[in-house]
Amino acid sequence: MAGHISPKRVYYTIFGALMVLTATTLAVAFINLGALNFPIALGIAITKATLVILFFMHLKYSSRLTKLVCGSAFFFLIVLFGLTLSDYLSRGWSTAPGGFTTGAGTRVTIGPATAEPAEGAPEAPAGAEY
Amino acid sequence: MTTTVLPRVNYLNVRTTVASWMLTKDHKRIGVMYLVVVALAFFLGSIMAAGVRIELTTPQGDFVSADTYNRMFTMHAVFMVFFVLIPVVPAILGNFAMPLMIGAKDVAFPTLNLMSWYIFVIGFLFTVAAMVLGGVDTGWTFYTPYSSNASTSNVLLAGLGIFITGFSSILTGLNFMVTIHRMRAPGMTWFRLPLFVWAIYATSLVMILGTPVVAITLFMVVLERAFGFGIFDPRLGGDPVLFQHLFWFYSHPAVYIMILPPMGVISEVIACFSRKNVFGYSFVAFSSLAIAVFGFLVWAHHLFVSGISPYSAMIFSFLSFAVAIPSAVKTFNWTATLYKGAIWWRAPIMWVFGFLGLFLVGGLTGLFLASLGLDVHLHDTYFVVAHFHYIMVGGAIMGFFAGLHYWWPKMTGRMYSNSMAMLAALLVFVGFNLTFFPQFILGYLGMPRRYHVYPEEFQVLNVLSSAGASILAVGYTLIALYLVYSLFRGEEAGANPWLATGLEWKTESPPSPHNFPETPIVNEGAYEYSKREIKVA
Repeated sequence: MAGHISPKRVYYTIFGALMVLTATTLAVAFINLGALNFPIALGIAITKATLVILFFMHLKYSSRLTKLVCGSAFFFLIVLFGLTLSDYLSRGWSTAPGGFTTGAGTRVTIGPATAEPAEGAPEAPAGAEY
Repeated sequence: MTTTVLPRVNYLNVRTTVASWMLTKDHKRIGVMYLVVVALAFFLGSIMAAGVRIELTTPQGDFVSADTYNRMFTMHAVFMVFFVLIPVVPAILGNFAMPLMIGAKDVAFPTLNLMSWYIFVIGFLFTVAAMVLGGVDTGWTFYTPYSSNASTSNVLLAGLGIFITGFSSILTGLNFMVTIHRMRAPGMTWFRLPLFVWAIYATSLVMILGTPVVAITLFMVVLERAFGFGIFDPRLGGDPVLFQHLFWFYSHPAVYIMILPPMGVISEVIACFSRKNVFGYSFVAFSSLAIAVFGFLVWAHHLFVSGISPYSAMIFSFLSFAVAIPSAVKTFNWTATLYKGAIWWRAPIMWVFGFLGLFLVGGLTGLFLASLGLDVHLHDTYFVVAHFHYIMVGGAIMGFFAGLHYWWPKMTGRMYSNSMAMLAALLVFVGFNLTFFPQFILGYLGMPRRYHVYPEEFQVLNVLSSAGASILAVGYTLIALYLVYSLFRGEEAGANPWLATGLEWKTESPPSPHNFPETPIVNEGAYEYSKREIKVA
């Protein structure tokens, strides 16, 4: 249990960095970045958490075993999020052989593209939806 | 009653007041205290199971109402899963045997260990309160919206009980991991560790990484119920399937919390009673870790028909098949250990044989359910019920009894009746198969689970199943009888009745309060049976 003693300078620097990042989060919240809103906010939060773990919680100066324990916790967090997202991100994908039409009216096909039905071609019989 | 008095100071007789038990920090006493609470939970869970089996002897709902039936099967599962299967081997046998096996005086944090027991008991009392006040009707899985806004039963109390118990599990896992890292006797290298210790280590990993997730998930259900948060409510932008993801992220690995420690027990017992080194030691050791890690990657196979993405389902199906590999490594290695061994017919090995057969059936039927197409037919039928009982009762409980019969002489210093124990193992094996094999057929024929009525053509198989359950009950009662009897009238066991190699057998039975008179020094592997004379009594 060899306690590492960091110089005060390190604590002040990290504290400063955390404050700057907090201000950045606040500032970014006023700018609409579209789809990037969420990733940027999370990115800043992850950076802050990493700083706290590395310097305030002394992970940077700990044994390799401690680093492994900490790393594996994050690994399993990624597993939880990643595999859950494998469901959410692909849930709209169709498995129908002929493709499907999205709400916006775009025709999506999977596999080799099939020709659009010619104008005036007979309608598909009722009930033939996949 | 005449009782032979064991002449020396040991962990049981060093102090005998109630306070000395309630405030003990001795890992061995804490193990025994877990045994008492878990036995009580097992009794309550069994009563509920008996109610279910009585109801299902006839096709009509003539014993209890549909609502009462829902509450009975839910409480059966809640007690059995959270208060029996999860703690049964790690908390009882792990606490008692693991520090002895690595040559330690105690676990790394003895006070924390006692605190874990109290947390466990508090969680248990909450859940008992939920039962006494009318039970829970959601199924043990607490699926939303059954649990969030549809149920009027005691979801909050039971959820809170399980939430609290989770902390006991996390702290025990933490305690064991630190103990295994820091407290090993000199010379006890990682690859001289008994395989039970490897299994406990892998289990601790799952406990620490998984349990917080289910605790948070149940907490979210509480928020949903009490304050209408809408995390799982589509009307408020939530998703009920999210609950299932989060719940199974813990609860599937929890299956490995239940089965990995019994697998460790099997390795110990099989080596001792075939008088051989475990075949492929390092493969068996690493397969425990592989199961622990892979176990986290398969949870959505419970969700194949819940409306998840078919692409995601394919990934999970593939990964579920992959878990079969480390499980098969273990089973093949155990069989290879038996091969050309000098099998010593004593009660513990009988339970191991039961385990091997039942776990094999349970594991292979799991592959049926991991197949995307077949699962559509079998999902939520009795096939699933039979499958997981083969793993949990046939695997985990048989493994626990193997361990209990193996370490009982060490725990109590006394021997039970070997012939009674062999008979009990046989009764449980026969009763178990009669109870659950017909359920495979029922499920295949399409009988859904969780209904208190069923079509008449299913009655014969259901009656068989209920008959098997009563044989099981006789078997379990017999175990309780001869074990309690042995406490008073059992022969003295001596330090090493099985002529086994582990460090726990090098100290007296029952061990002294500090385990070893002096710190043992280890200079050989865990299973050097080839160097020992076999004296088969």
